[in-house]
Amino acid sequence: MAIKGNLHDFTLTQLLNLINLAHKTGTLVVEGTNDSVEVFFSNGKLAYAQTGEEDNSLVGILHKSELLSANQYRGIKANVNGMSDKELGLLLINANYFSQQEILNSLQIHFIDVLKRLFTWMEGFFQFETDVSPPEDKITVRVNLENLILEGSRQAQELEHLEEEIPSLDIGVKFVDRPGANIANLKLSQTEWKVIPYVDPKNTLSQIAKVTDLADFEIRQVIYSLLQAGIIELVRPTTPAGEPPPKRIPDPIVKGDKEEGKSILTRIINRIRKL
Amino acid sequence: MQTLKMVVTGPFNAGKTEFIQSVSEIDVVSTERKISSEIERIKDTTTVAMDFGRITIDSEMTLYLFGTPGQKRFDFMWEILSEGMLGFVVIIDSSRPETFREARKILETFRAYAPTPYVVAANKQDCEDAWEVEDMRIALRLSPEIKLLECVATKKNSVKEVLLELLYSILAELESVEPALVN
Repeated sequence: MAIKGNLHDFTLTQLLNLINLAHKTGTLVVEGTNDSVEVFFSNGKLAYAQTGEEDNSLVGILHKSELLSANQYRGIKANVNGMSDKELGLLLINANYFSQQEILNSLQIHFIDVLKRLFTWMEGFFQFETDVSPPEDKITVRVNLENLILEGSRQAQELEHLEEEIPSLDIGVKFVDRPGANIANLKLSQTEWKVIPYVDPKNTLSQIAKVTDLADFEIRQVIYSLLQAGIIELVRPTTPAGEPPPKRIPDPIVKGDKEEGKSILTRIINRIRKL
Repeated sequence: MQTLKMVVTGPFNAGKTEFIQSVSEIDVVSTERKISSEIERIKDTTTVAMDFGRITIDSEMTLYLFGTPGQKRFDFMWEILSEGMLGFVVIIDSSRPETFREARKILETFRAYAPTPYVVAANKQDCEDAWEVEDMRIALRLSPEIKLLECVATKKNSVKEVLLELLYSILAELESVEPALVN
């Protein structure tokens, strides 16, 4: 039976927890706004992962992890037409280019990286199909999900905090009129610099995220750090009033006479049975 | 005449009205209105105040089933409805995992209002996309002792089973209560 839903409503952490606890085997496909990801699990462990956009071949992964230079990558690519990842892996090991452990480590890092990227997706339709295995020519690993779930939970908490600070992405940003005195010493990250040119009250955060290719989580992180630095400000919507605290109400059966309560319940049970 | 009350709660469009309808001896008294919110356009009308159904137990006693409005903006009604209830049923649409988180919140809210017994009904188990109950248990973070029951709210026998399980829980809780000390 397939498990379907949207990451907006059912988070990846919850999903991984389910797969881990139920020792599930199958494929998780997540369709995001700009990309799709396929992750395979075996008995509740991460086995394989690939994205729709990248080169997911072994040679591509080794190049990405800088174990192969660009020239080596092109050379091998040109000569391995039709060769499966397993065959290529054996060839590279037998030719003493890499050890088996180096190849497995690279794959493991890549698969974890693909899965971690999903944590930054706040939207995306997912479908988990049980008993679907990765393609036979692919090399699989076995990675416990516990640490990934913990990391996902931590990130979810951070996201929750960011959502409190920046409740909506449909708001604009502008530079503050009088930035703090420490602005001369401010050092911005590469991602923050990507966002800076789009800081304009006319641009919403979701528009900036789209044009800078940042996930919702990432744009919130950047905007929050720029807010903290005191160089931009938001136009905020009014926040809803807090909910009243709940109060406890006693159970009428429990607070009454025990034997009378049992008698009442027995009468109700008998009546419901006859419905 | 003694009147008793059970509450049927759960997210929007989980099947609360159908659940009550299936066992009520009167037409469910419902205050349905056209929906105005964009997000709630799954169905044409929804419960904005409450539903209630009736089961006459005998000449001296009547059981009322109250359905809570599903939308968050009516949650001020929940506390009023929960007052004096025997127990409550949380209905969840098994085919809409996007509502599970909300269901969990509703469950926790009702637990805070009244520490009465409750059961969780995994409704729409006849749907193709329905999650298996044990998967739902994990997703909803329900501990093993909480009753999570398969349910099809449009079928009377299925609803009866859920209500009976709730009543058995209430009975078990009552039996576990120590008699009060008398001075």
